[in-house]
Amino acid sequence: MNTDRDIRISAPLIRLENIGMIYKIGDISYEALKGINLIVENGEFVSVMGASGSGKSTLMNILGCLDRPTAGKYFLEGRDVSNLTSDELAEIRNKKIGFVFQGFNLIQRLSIVENVGLPLYYSGMHSKEATEMAMDALKLVDLADTENKFPNQISGGEQQRVAIARAVVNNAPIIMADEPTGNLDSVRGADVMRFFKKINEERGATIILVSHDKNIANYGKRLITVKDGAIISSTVIETKNVV
Amino acid sequence: MLKRVKFAFFLDLKSAYKTLLRNKIRSLLTILGIIIGVGSVIATVSIGQGASEAIQSTINSMGSNMLIILPGSSSLGGVHTGFGILPTLTLDDAYAIRKLPAVKTDSGNLGMAQQVIWRGNNWSTLIMGASSTFPEIRDWPVAKGTFFDHQQVVSAANVAVIGNTAATELFGLINPIGHIILIHNVPFTVIGILSVKGFNAFGQDQDDTVVIPITTMLEKIAGTTWVHAIAVSAKSKEDTVIAQSEITALLRQRHHIPLHKPNDFFVRNLTEIAQAANSSANTFTILLASIAAVSLLVGGIGIMNIMLVSVTERTKEIGIRLAVGAKKKDILKQFLIESSVLSLFGGILGIAAGIGISNSISAFSPLKTIVTTEPIIISLVFSLCVGIFFGFYPAFKASRMNPVEALRYE
Ligand SMILES: Nc1ncnc2c1ncn2[C@@H]1O[C@H](COP(=O)(O)OP(=O)(O)OP(=O)(O)O)[C@@H](O)[C@H]1O
Ligand SMILES: [Mg+2]
Repeated sequence: MNTDRDIRISAPLIRLENIGMIYKIGDISYEALKGINLIVENGEFVSVMGASGSGKSTLMNILGCLDRPTAGKYFLEGRDVSNLTSDELAEIRNKKIGFVFQGFNLIQRLSIVENVGLPLYYSGMHSKEATEMAMDALKLVDLADTENKFPNQISGGEQQRVAIARAVVNNAPIIMADEPTGNLDSVRGADVMRFFKKINEERGATIILVSHDKNIANYGKRLITVKDGAIISSTVIETKNVV
Repeated sequence: MLKRVKFAFFLDLKSAYKTLLRNKIRSLLTILGIIIGVGSVIATVSIGQGASEAIQSTINSMGSNMLIILPGSSSLGGVHTGFGILPTLTLDDAYAIRKLPAVKTDSGNLGMAQQVIWRGNNWSTLIMGASSTFPEIRDWPVAKGTFFDHQQVVSAANVAVIGNTAATELFGLINPIGHIILIHNVPFTVIGILSVKGFNAFGQDQDDTVVIPITTMLEKIAGTTWVHAIAVSAKSKEDTVIAQSEITALLRQRHHIPLHKPNDFFVRNLTEIAQAANSSANTFTILLASIAAVSLLVGGIGIMNIMLVSVTERTKEIGIRLAVGAKKKDILKQFLIESSVLSLFGGILGIAAGIGISNSISAFSPLKTIVTTEPIIISLVFSLCVGIFFGFYPAFKASRMNPVEALRYE
């Protein structure tokens, strides 16, 4: 159950210590995460599964530095990030993390290429360079021809792939994907998963992926199962499981 | 760092512009307050400037360093009760004043409305009796022919110099010089035409006049020895004050006024009066402009309101931007730029409206208006400040959003 299998001299990429998350809605408080302990090494490909409402997105938000846990400590590359200011977290999100959200979360008023380039704009890159990199990322997901369209002019599956392009555009060492294939058919879904596998293997990016679909989850190398806000298992995925 | 500022700024500007165009009607309604505010500031200031300029040109048209002496008693609460009611000034007073050291020239004046007849035409105009120094004092040379000389004044000659309007009304296209006109049944030979002077600050056509020697006026038209006014030109601007006291002393002596009695005349320094009028016109302009500026503030509140709506509407967008690494100041800047572009745009439209109003006032009313660059620049800066000031709170609100909560917003 406990995931810290071995002790290392160098700090792991991600280490969660007794992370808890309590949502308060008025007087009622809801404990979405309870004492999560997790270590993710650099270059891992971790799949997270669990029932709806089990706390997967909550966990991803904390891992992605979008939200601060209400209890416990989060060490990213050995640095405690559980108490950073919102601007410091923004800096980490911008440089280290590419996030694919459960919804598409594209900005309607920006064109596809502008959406993809958004993280670069906030990293202070020059316009021309940012546009070129955004185009490269769009090519990776096979959507180079949509650059000047707007999100409402492309299909749901295409929007999902644009969101993926945006997550990888800044060459972030960590990619977090919350149901990245939820809006895709199985062929497109498999394409996306091969894409993640490729950037995991070629770029050495660490990937943490949430999916309901066992076939999708099996693209990873390790499977974490979440139930009622706690991690109930962490198993190595046999290569033969990959479809 | 510079690159970052440049690029992010450009992107925000573009996005602000797009947002503006996306809701054209809403944007227009939002900036209406600014448009009206800036427009009325520009228009009122242009009217004020026009008034100042008119007063200035009246000062100039009156002739330089001019003093005017009017009959009347200052014991009546200092209020002058009507021109020429009190017969105290004579032509001899005028001749005596001419000899004072600070005085360059003088001209006794008597004006009255009279019918002027030439052949079948008659025209009612202002007949002015004046001395031969009239063109010099009033800074008003003849355009054609000659003015009467001192000799003609002394001999009370029947000669007339007519203003441009009176000339046109009586003679049409015919050259009036050498023709005989009748004033009060007395024949006068036209010897000259005055140059065109135009309207004064009070909207009077100064060219609608006929000037004859003051002596002729007194003897043959008015039948009196009293003059309405004596116009005096001091040697210099500084001399106007000296001339004023010299004239006062001289006239008191000539009129045998005992020490304890008040003057039976007024000496008015026209430059001073005009300057006073000018400064009160300025005060009035400032007052009007500040009232107009209040509507700018109201416009600012409109901008704040719409920015708050915009921030709420775009919560999800803000969440996305934060999620991909926008910092508080990036969001703050984005919305500040948006509100500034909005108000600046209002400012520009307001300036256009103001210039339009000011031009149509010039065109369709006797008021003269002048648009200068100063109020334009001030309006632009002011509307930019309004945008930043009233956009700050909504932008601040946007920058404080929690990314996860913002992303969940539908
Ligand atoms: N902002 C919030 N305020 C209150 N409760 C929340 C909030 N976010 C999540 N929750 C609750 O926490 C629990 C876990 O939510 P979470 O979104 O992490 O589930 P999930 O595992 O991602 O589910 P799904 O598979 O449907 O996406 C849910 O019961 C949810 O209602
Ligand atoms: Mg979820």
